[in-house]
Amino acid sequence: MSTTPSPHVVGDKEYKLSQQLKDKITDLSAQYPEKNSVIIPALHLIQDEFGWVPPAAMRQMAQLLNIASNTVFGVASFYTMFNNKPVGRYHIQICRNIACSLNGSKELLEHIMKKLGIQIGEVSNDGKFSVSTVECLGACGSAPVMMVNDVYYENLTEKKVDQIIKSLE
Amino acid sequence: MISEKKALTRHADVPGMDVIDHYIKDGGYQGLEKALKRVPQDIVEEVKKSFLRGRGGAGFPTGLKWSFLPKEKTKPFYLVCNADEGEPGTFKDRIIMENDPFLLIEGMTITGYAIRADLGFIYIRGEFKWIAEKLEKAIEQAKKKNLLGKNILNSNYCFDIKVMRGAGAYICGEETALLESIEGKRGEPRTKPPFPANVGLYGCPTIVNNVETLACIPFILQHDAETFKLMGSFQAAGTKLYGISGHVNKPGVYEYPMGTNLKDLIQYAAGGVKNSKKLKAVIPGGLSATILKADEIDVNMDFDSCLKKDTMLGSGGIIVMDEDTSIPEVAMTTINFFTHESCGQCAPCREGLAKIQQILKNLLAGNGTANDLKTIDELANIINGSTLCPLGEAGALAVNAMIQKFRPEFESLVN
Repeated sequence: MSTTPSPHVVGDKEYKLSQQLKDKITDLSAQYPEKNSVIIPALHLIQDEFGWVPPAAMRQMAQLLNIASNTVFGVASFYTMFNNKPVGRYHIQICRNIACSLNGSKELLEHIMKKLGIQIGEVSNDGKFSVSTVECLGACGSAPVMMVNDVYYENLTEKKVDQIIKSLE
Repeated sequence: MISEKKALTRHADVPGMDVIDHYIKDGGYQGLEKALKRVPQDIVEEVKKSFLRGRGGAGFPTGLKWSFLPKEKTKPFYLVCNADEGEPGTFKDRIIMENDPFLLIEGMTITGYAIRADLGFIYIRGEFKWIAEKLEKAIEQAKKKNLLGKNILNSNYCFDIKVMRGAGAYICGEETALLESIEGKRGEPRTKPPFPANVGLYGCPTIVNNVETLACIPFILQHDAETFKLMGSFQAAGTKLYGISGHVNKPGVYEYPMGTNLKDLIQYAAGGVKNSKKLKAVIPGGLSATILKADEIDVNMDFDSCLKKDTMLGSGGIIVMDEDTSIPEVAMTTINFFTHESCGQCAPCREGLAKIQQILKNLLAGNGTANDLKTIDELANIINGSTLCPLGEAGALAVNAMIQKFRPEFESLVN
């Protein structure tokens, strides 16, 4: 499995839900016993589209589902997977929890930040990379672990991280 | 020596288990076939007799939980599989879903029949996107074979499963927070009672079971309660998936009889402490469990034996730490996690954990005071039992135990 780049869209006018995406959300909402169950799946779809969950897109989603925008904002802000600002095309999340930290994830994070010249929460100038820490990814047997967009990379070493970053074009 | 017993990982060495024909060829779906020949109540009784206890961490007897559903059905019943797997040190459900998705699906299909459910959900942690997709593909295959959907295997039983991804909130592993999340809300735990068996998903009676629990069901039905029980040790029924991580030679998930000794699991299953170092401490059941010192690990890994040693089996996520580990650093990691994951509803958890976090941060930065450890102890006691769910006390008590058991290390941080 390899990581595909996610969009890195900045600028408010870009955040228009396509008819295709709207249809997908509407169809999906009909498949649950109650339509609001579609909120989290729809936020995932929006993030797949824009790389984060822009307020403008969430408002359109709320309108589509005929619910208050604040309901959607409230849900999105609760869940850490939903990025509330643009991230890089390759969003690197390194686990900082127990098994990973016992196996050197802190040093690995330092290495990645130094290599990319960005700090936690920052995006590189070219929009290519961003870095953050993340809580347990449920892969403790293959620590240290990181996620790049949707893909897990396990049993990491500095050398392995260098190869992975090099492979991301 | 200890020997592995394979009830849940019995297909583990067979590749391609995500293809339904392979699963069936290897004995899959015999449990469902047998189950459908019995009345639902009979299956609940069989599971009760098996002494199966919830593998998510709480260890509640599964059959008993099922029997809490209302006798009369006036609303839809739901079955929810908790696949949120967020407890640090836990990575066992993943191997079932990744390697043997039909085991879970068969388990849910049998359970759905036993509890008279109309629809099932698998609530899987959001990061496991590829596993969610794998499960969806497996569900489609099962439908094509009439093993899911309408009139399953020409019985009158209809059951469908939907996969729902979470989005990175540990608290959604708590069953009522999980239900809120499926309903499209913030994952904030509910006040209990009412319990989900009466008022669950969409206000309807609901059973929430962990992946590993549901994966035990096909075995129980294919064989019987007694055979399952005998897979365990004399004091506890069935097998357990133990996930061993940290400073060991062979980290991984291992299936052994429930109640296998912790010392043996570390030594024989995981190959002992890495780099020939000495053992310092073990957290036996996920980060919420009370830490054990090296001389405290002669404990049988089942729910009751762990409680007797003032810790818990939890999810069976065993985290091993060698002699070079700084316990204050581990405490910091622990409190950072629980503070981050507090949903914020209850003040003792939200404010108390943040306060402990700040104190530990100061201590580690060399700015601690003599009173700090006492303050943490007081805060832990205040948080304990004063919140809607166990998250706050789990974090506070875990950290407090680290301080009590490794006190000199913390005291040396105070100037």
